[in-house]
Amino acid sequence: MHGELLSKDFPAIDAIIKKYGERKEFLICILQDIQARYGYLPKEALTRVAEKLDIPLIQIYSVATFFKAFSLRPKGGHTIHVCLGTACHVRGAERVLGKIKRDLDINVDETTKDMNFTLKTVNCLGACALGPIVEIDGKHYGNMTTVKVESVLKKYSIKKME
Amino acid sequence: MEKIGSPLELEKLTKSIQGKKKKEKAFISICAGTGCRASGSESVIDAFKEEIKFLGLQSKVRVKVTGCHGFCEKGPIVVIHPGAIFYQNVEKEDVLEIVSETIIGGKIIDRLLYVDPTTGKKITKESDIPFYNKQRRIILGNNGKIDPTNIEDYIAIGGYSALSKALFRMIPEQIIEEVKKSGLRGRGGGGFPTGRKWEYCRNAKGKPKYVICNADEGDPGAYMDRSLLEGNPHSVLEGMIIGAYAIGSKVGYAYVRNEYPLAVKHLEIAIKQAEQYGLLGKNILGSGFNFSVQISRGGGAFVCGESTALMASLEGKPGEPRAKYVHTVEKGLWNKPTTLNNVETWANVPIILNKSANWYSKIGTEKSKGTKIFSLVGKINNTGLVEAPMGMKLHEIIYNIGGGIPNGKKFKAVQTGGPSGGCIPEKLINLPIDYEKLTEAGSMMGSGGMIVMDEENCMVDVAKYFLKFLTEESCGKCVPCREGILQMAEILEDITKGNGKSGDIELLEEISTVIKDTSLCALGGTAPNPVLSTIRYFRDEYNVHIKDKKCPAGVCQALIQYSINAKKCIGCGACLKQCPQEAITGEKKQPHTIDPEKCIKCGACYDACKFDAIKRE
Repeated sequence: MHGELLSKDFPAIDAIIKKYGERKEFLICILQDIQARYGYLPKEALTRVAEKLDIPLIQIYSVATFFKAFSLRPKGGHTIHVCLGTACHVRGAERVLGKIKRDLDINVDETTKDMNFTLKTVNCLGACALGPIVEIDGKHYGNMTTVKVESVLKKYSIKKME
Repeated sequence: MEKIGSPLELEKLTKSIQGKKKKEKAFISICAGTGCRASGSESVIDAFKEEIKFLGLQSKVRVKVTGCHGFCEKGPIVVIHPGAIFYQNVEKEDVLEIVSETIIGGKIIDRLLYVDPTTGKKITKESDIPFYNKQRRIILGNNGKIDPTNIEDYIAIGGYSALSKALFRMIPEQIIEEVKKSGLRGRGGGGFPTGRKWEYCRNAKGKPKYVICNADEGDPGAYMDRSLLEGNPHSVLEGMIIGAYAIGSKVGYAYVRNEYPLAVKHLEIAIKQAEQYGLLGKNILGSGFNFSVQISRGGGAFVCGESTALMASLEGKPGEPRAKYVHTVEKGLWNKPTTLNNVETWANVPIILNKSANWYSKIGTEKSKGTKIFSLVGKINNTGLVEAPMGMKLHEIIYNIGGGIPNGKKFKAVQTGGPSGGCIPEKLINLPIDYEKLTEAGSMMGSGGMIVMDEENCMVDVAKYFLKFLTEESCGKCVPCREGILQMAEILEDITKGNGKSGDIELLEEISTVIKDTSLCALGGTAPNPVLSTIRYFRDEYNVHIKDKKCPAGVCQALIQYSINAKKCIGCGACLKQCPQEAITGEKKQPHTIDPEKCIKCGACYDACKFDAIKRE
């Protein structure tokens, strides 16, 4: 979202800040809600938070880059989370991740050129019985193998959406 | 709902709800924990609701959507009451039949029953299944009985009676004494005696005092805290309120991992309902005691499971720990006295007050009391959450409850304690599991993750996995942790790539000692454990990697070769289609071959072959 467009959305950001009583200690929660709204943390939104909470932008930047939940770059239409928890790891999650990387031609934390997929890893989704597990937009795909990757990704490919 | 204004009113309400429940004989308990949801339990729930409504049975049969039942391997799980008939792997297509046959017709559907793999017999009742009946489920057991979004379900099983007892029949010192006597120790990993922690905090100078529930469950492969918050949030809340009263706190926080949206939602609902019922907020149960709880979502940093890092994060700062010369019970959140306990620890508190410290301390071993919830995962037949009395032997957990190792493979080791823990080898299979015994074995209790590994798991790879995890999760504040773990991870990377040198093992041990002695917090202090424990028990495997440049388990990519066993290959072409490098060639119905020059060792062919013809060595 561009700066001008985003400034029109300031009431929404202000509402998020207000929800937490404009209190500094809720910075992480505020950033989480902003991230949920835009899929990432737009610079303009962070500047607004800094003004409203009266804290330096650099402090917000340090929080936003410390925690894994936040992204300063826009994400693709679908976010893939490959679980690399120990249970998934011992059942071959690395091989599944390798196949997804090859098929999408991106690395972890990258987005495909067509902005369709962002690839992320997660330390544990807590659905270990189904490991290796891959989550796309909140939907779980269990007992994944390299063989299954193609058909799962196909469900989200742009061609299919059209 | 009018607020409950006294213990007597709570008792009356409990009795009236119980009376109503008695009439409600038939109900369907469907697991909607994250594991079962991922297996599709939501569509099963919808189908049941629709069918019951269609037949006009709403007043006779309640569809109870519950939290995690624990047996994730067999999800979605449906239990039909009365009778506690246990159906496994239920799909929405089965619903019609279950309603007409079992609920209306009273007949049991054979194909949905659990089959005991050792006897081959089908088991009807939930409590007769070995996975359940070998456990002692004092904390988790209630998950299947209650709808976590309905406070009355919790009240019906005696919920909040411990709080009432604490507020009206005990003074704070008595509560602390009782918790001390029970022998309860922190379930988050450290194992610090809970009662003593509370006592220090009560006696600490400074106001206000804070109470925190640590639900930043970061150990990969551990999900018991989430299942408690999702399945029985009121038990955790009740524990927190009792704790707050005991130490003299009015404000509490629950710091929940951001990856657990359902846990956040259920806790939010629980807090709201408890407030409406007068069990939380101002003048709780008419006692004059005030306490409120706020939820804070974690930002996805493993180090925030460490108490001081968590508190920094709660203050809206990056989650970096500080040295604990001054304990958090004296100067914690906002520099005020703070008691932080783990989810499972809080959930134990109401049980101790209700059943007495005497009763509680009879469970377990000399120094480790009560039960512990483990998440039994990895190469195990019955993946799930297991609650066992402290001191249960590893063998019982893995074989009697866990049902052993799948696919006839050999048990190799179990990893406990997450990235701070270690691997326990097969020769210690009779180890009784408690805090001390695990530490002696070079591992630790941690939050209770138990990752089972078989002969196809490489111990050097596992050590590397945890070190890589920790390199990413180290907050970077202190040098030994930030740089030391990185160096260790690089040495392990070299070993698994075939570039190991003699002396590497000794160097790993030396760096480990320095990191352990000089790191600021427990993340660094325990980081070398996965390496040290695997060196201790699997030194030979390290040596084979370093000297022979081989990975006996067939995991480390650089040290293995894929080839095709011509005798087993039927030439189906499944591997050929999956190979991204066109390294596999062969005519249809003729044995295929792999060109080692082109092979990138991705393992796609190994996964694709249904005839066990791909060799990995």
